[in-house]
Amino acid sequence: MKDVSFGQYYPVESPVHRLDPRVKLLSVVLYIVGIFFIQKFIGFAVVALFLLVAIACSRVPLMKVLRSVRAVLFLVLFTAIISVLFYSGGGEEPLWAWGIIKIYKGGLLSAARMALRLVFLVLGPSLLTLTTTPVELTDGLESLLKPLALIKLPVHELAIIMSIALRLIPTLTEETEKIMNAQKARCADFDTGNIFKRAKSLIPILIPLFVSSFRRADELADAMDSRCYRGAKGRTRMRVLKLRFRDFVAAFVMLALFFVILVLRYNWFGLGFINLLV
Amino acid sequence: MLQLSDVKYVYNAGAEDEKTALGGVSLSVKEGEFVALVGHNGSGKSTLAKLFNGLILPTEGSVRVRGMDTADKKNLFDIRKTVGVVFQNPDNQMVASIIEDDVAFGPENLGLPSAEISERVQWALESVGMQDHRRGTPFRLSGGQKQRIAIAGVLAIKPRVMVLDESTAMLDPIGREEVMKVITRLNREEHMTVIMITHFMEEAALADRIIVMRNGLVAGEGGKEIFSNRELIESAGLELPLAARVAMRLREKGLKIDGDITLPEELVDALCR
Repeated sequence: MKDVSFGQYYPVESPVHRLDPRVKLLSVVLYIVGIFFIQKFIGFAVVALFLLVAIACSRVPLMKVLRSVRAVLFLVLFTAIISVLFYSGGGEEPLWAWGIIKIYKGGLLSAARMALRLVFLVLGPSLLTLTTTPVELTDGLESLLKPLALIKLPVHELAIIMSIALRLIPTLTEETEKIMNAQKARCADFDTGNIFKRAKSLIPILIPLFVSSFRRADELADAMDSRCYRGAKGRTRMRVLKLRFRDFVAAFVMLALFFVILVLRYNWFGLGFINLLV
Repeated sequence: MLQLSDVKYVYNAGAEDEKTALGGVSLSVKEGEFVALVGHNGSGKSTLAKLFNGLILPTEGSVRVRGMDTADKKNLFDIRKTVGVVFQNPDNQMVASIIEDDVAFGPENLGLPSAEISERVQWALESVGMQDHRRGTPFRLSGGQKQRIAIAGVLAIKPRVMVLDESTAMLDPIGREEVMKVITRLNREEHMTVIMITHFMEEAALADRIIVMRNGLVAGEGGKEIFSNRELIESAGLELPLAARVAMRLREKGLKIDGDITLPEELVDALCR
């Protein structure tokens, strides 16, 4: 069984892997916002260049990163086709027409932009999850959200729930397999019949799974209490996140990228060549 | 160190399915002692484990840890710092998916500085011989290794008393031996007080003192000589350790064997004399 708790983490040593998870999380947020500001193809080219450099630094094989697009491929194609077909082309001559279907140059361009935007939206976060373990992500999120504890948001509780959930995924998967095998040994059939029949056959798996999860939760609570747990009160952490020089470099690169994207969109400096680009 | 006076515990008190788990138990455990609590399923021995660190409170009577009453909520944190409990199922005791994070959970709750937590984690993992797995995940480990991690997680709090509630029951013989080695070493070398709740008599035979539980009451207690009291052991629904049984049968056949035999080594010595 694949180790789910590591998600799709790709375990190699690289400068990108070693970055502070908080910097990586904020970078991804900035990256996503940036993608929405892009209107010209040159903007996508800049982002593509940035991604290629980042992937090269991360030592994750390019194909591994690109594979994440597969999950949204259908969505990309679907939105692209729809936007080509429904483009009304303000007074523009259609490139090609067949009955009510008219295809305009503008429609093709906007569909391409939409598709690129979706693809890039998937690529950035997937580089994050390929180079950061779920545990690091949880730590990073807890640290980033810490200021919200001031407005009584239970940040520590959320973090510990996430970490326990991560820890329990493999245990529960194993347990599900065990229960399924036990039911199969008594001639349960999970693979035939229509969808309702199959859904119904899951009940004898779900009920024992629920019951044992509650028992587990109870025992885990006792074990946590026994180990002096009393919530966030007086609790410290072994791993303290610390920003290093490389984190500042990464943050600077991200801000530079964001700045370039904005300049390409709004042409603040009145650079003539930007208006010539598509 | 630990003092139980006339402790009664009733599950679902007042309800229809009320069930008395302990019917007036008094016992005390001295510092540095290795005590085994043995008894049949339902003899109330696991209820005792939860009473020791205040996870449950006695219906009647009192539990004191170094003079602190578990009934007083203010004492609970200090009591749990003193009495560490390792439970039966290692999978249900782990809070993190990386071993060092899990072991660090206890010291983190104590509010120690990060450098000291890290030191304690290293020390605890070395004590159970798992230091090479520090950055690994517990999922691929054997039951015995997982339980040693659970012990390390309790050790890192540096308790004075370690309670093991059937902590070897789910392990295979090799895993049981691994865990028992760690426990006896902690008791002999680190002078940790150990209370071992078990129904494996071979494990109980390693203890200084054995307390036999029957139907929520202490049926008898004593050193290894308790194993010569066959009636007591069998009335508690237990079986003598294998070496003791062999020695007993040999005596019945007329062979002369001196002394109390509980461990295989003692039997070998007696037979080769």
